[in-house]
Amino acid sequence: MIGAEAIVKCLEAEGVQYVFGYPGVAICPFYNSILDSEIRTILVRTEQNAAHSASGVARLTDKPGVCAVTSGPGATNIITGIATAYADSIPLVVITGQVNSELLGSDVFQEADITGAVESFVKYSYLVRNADDIPRIFKEAFYIANSGRKGPVLIDIPFDIQNNTIKKFEYPDSVNLRTYKPTIKGNSAQIKKVIKELSKAKKPIICIGGGVQLGNAEEIVLDFAEKHGIPMVTTMMGIGTIPTNHPLHFGMVGNNGKPYANKAMNESDVLLMVGARVADRAVSQPDLITRNKILIHIDVDPAEIGKNAVSSIPLVGDCKNIFEDLSKESFNIDCSEWVSTLHQYKKDLKIVRHPNNDYVDPEHFITALTEKMENDSVYVADVGQNQIFSCAYAQIKNGRFLTSGGMGTMGYSIPAALGAKLAKPERQVVAVCGDGSFQMSMMELATFRQHNIQAKIIVFNNSYLGMVREYQHHTYKDNYSVVSLDGSPNLEKLVSAYDFDYLRLENNKDTSKVIDKFLKDKNNVLLEVMIDPMDLVK
Amino acid sequence: MQTKVFQVLADNTSGVLSRIASLFSRRGYNIESITAGVTADPKYSRVTIVSSGDQNTLEQIEKQLAKLVDVKVVTELVPEESVYRELALVKVKVSPDQRQNIIAITDIFRGKIVDVAPECLIIEITGGISKIDKFLELLNGYEILELARTGTAGLSRGIENVTYLP
Repeated sequence: MIGAEAIVKCLEAEGVQYVFGYPGVAICPFYNSILDSEIRTILVRTEQNAAHSASGVARLTDKPGVCAVTSGPGATNIITGIATAYADSIPLVVITGQVNSELLGSDVFQEADITGAVESFVKYSYLVRNADDIPRIFKEAFYIANSGRKGPVLIDIPFDIQNNTIKKFEYPDSVNLRTYKPTIKGNSAQIKKVIKELSKAKKPIICIGGGVQLGNAEEIVLDFAEKHGIPMVTTMMGIGTIPTNHPLHFGMVGNNGKPYANKAMNESDVLLMVGARVADRAVSQPDLITRNKILIHIDVDPAEIGKNAVSSIPLVGDCKNIFEDLSKESFNIDCSEWVSTLHQYKKDLKIVRHPNNDYVDPEHFITALTEKMENDSVYVADVGQNQIFSCAYAQIKNGRFLTSGGMGTMGYSIPAALGAKLAKPERQVVAVCGDGSFQMSMMELATFRQHNIQAKIIVFNNSYLGMVREYQHHTYKDNYSVVSLDGSPNLEKLVSAYDFDYLRLENNKDTSKVIDKFLKDKNNVLLEVMIDPMDLVK
Repeated sequence: MQTKVFQVLADNTSGVLSRIASLFSRRGYNIESITAGVTADPKYSRVTIVSSGDQNTLEQIEKQLAKLVDVKVVTELVPEESVYRELALVKVKVSPDQRQNIIAITDIFRGKIVDVAPECLIIEITGGISKIDKFLELLNGYEILELARTGTAGLSRGIENVTYLP
């Protein structure tokens, strides 16, 4: 058996179903060996999107997404995708081909020091020096990527190592990592302290971050909140963890969030921050969430606790494990008065938009779309004004909301939706992007077509890079610089070249009818939604 | 601003030092010195890092170091409970009539003359950071041709704080 065959065996042992990538000579031994496997290979149209598609798979299967690209430009092109996954703690295993080991460091054709280049965007990386190490390295890589605080792991494999014969293939049952032991169980003394503070609380609140879904703790957190009647808010990465219309849910926090969600968090007396980084977009003034209150910060990554806000009770561990422990403790609190205050805030602080009726109003459209979407559907939001509108108005039931929260990578939604649809073909998956982000990933229409993956894409067209235009409107008094998207293609003609159906919505009048048509379409379909170029998210 | 000395026990693999160093550069942490070498158990390296920053930064440095997959344990070497040493090699230009004076200063600091050439000599000196700084101050009137400092290495005192490895 050669190294390349061993890699495929490792992927099979890990239950990998899809490999996204783009071949080149340096990864050809691997792509040759995978032909003998049931693993499905998906040729994306640019390497960055291989990582985004793998991210879509990872987020719906709780297993690392896998991609494989060639050396040099293939490897450097995928960096943005890796960094996007890293920022959102999405587990990936990224395989890169590399030049022959004896040529390493001599700047030969398509050589790039990829392990060096991705150092700050990966949880760990390997440069394979010996084919016999392949089984151990893959076992470790999958374990590291998907344990503790999840994230991408890169394995760089020189061409000759892929072709070398390995003595014996034996996939290890377990890992033996001397230096890596993530904390899973929360400290019991800290858990007692949390219960003590919660039982005294008059105005507690739970802030749900992306870590709750990553830790598969959605149910137990919701059960805990319901049992004690504790209200909840979410960060952007936490959207979809609990149904949007849940009576204890008070929206997304942050500078693009709901004013009543921020007020609720700031006025609480005990704040349980769960699987959230307390990053600048969610909490612009960390002192507000520590002033006059007990901040309980639960995270699997000890370095996140105290990084942006000093917590009163730090609690390191896996959030599912911690909430199982918290649920064993009994205490009684009555939050009903606090919850009704929050419902009042929700009424008083509702943002009333004044849409321009010559166009489609994003609030009206996204609300109608998500109400009509299936119960367990997947909404993939891109980056830009469209993301903020999606966060504000998407009504997530028991489905998922995927977006690039930490890195804010434009072009994420289409390849991520592709991965999500592959992973869960029975679920409805809709990508929602702007005309800017669409053009960053539109080459992937061919990937949907080639691999018979159903595409449902919505493009908000305002002929601008709306988010930057809005910033220039506020900050530079409408001196617009490099934000016009004039010259964009005619989308109807463009998608017809890929055999997509095309739908268009010009104003609010036909929303319901057009959405029905869009959701029911069995073919690949793109819906272009004309929105006011001068619209603002706030 | 405070200065702290951290002791890092890490897997003795290629790339571990670059991972530690790149952590400092990308997060904007100060490194005053960094030294690394294999421990009694060749599977591990001991890295001693002298860093400075405010309380929060120093806490983050400790946590971020501990988070690296290759790092087993990070401890602070507190001054009162630790021994720090640094080695310096100093090549000084000396005329024959200056030589005795230099040898005298070196003796006082318990240094050694490790090389003598007609126009210069090399002094080896070990000690804490301040001792070496003081010694160099005393060489003020002389021309230092070359200076090589190793950076601080340290261990905790006593048997209580020994980090046993599996």
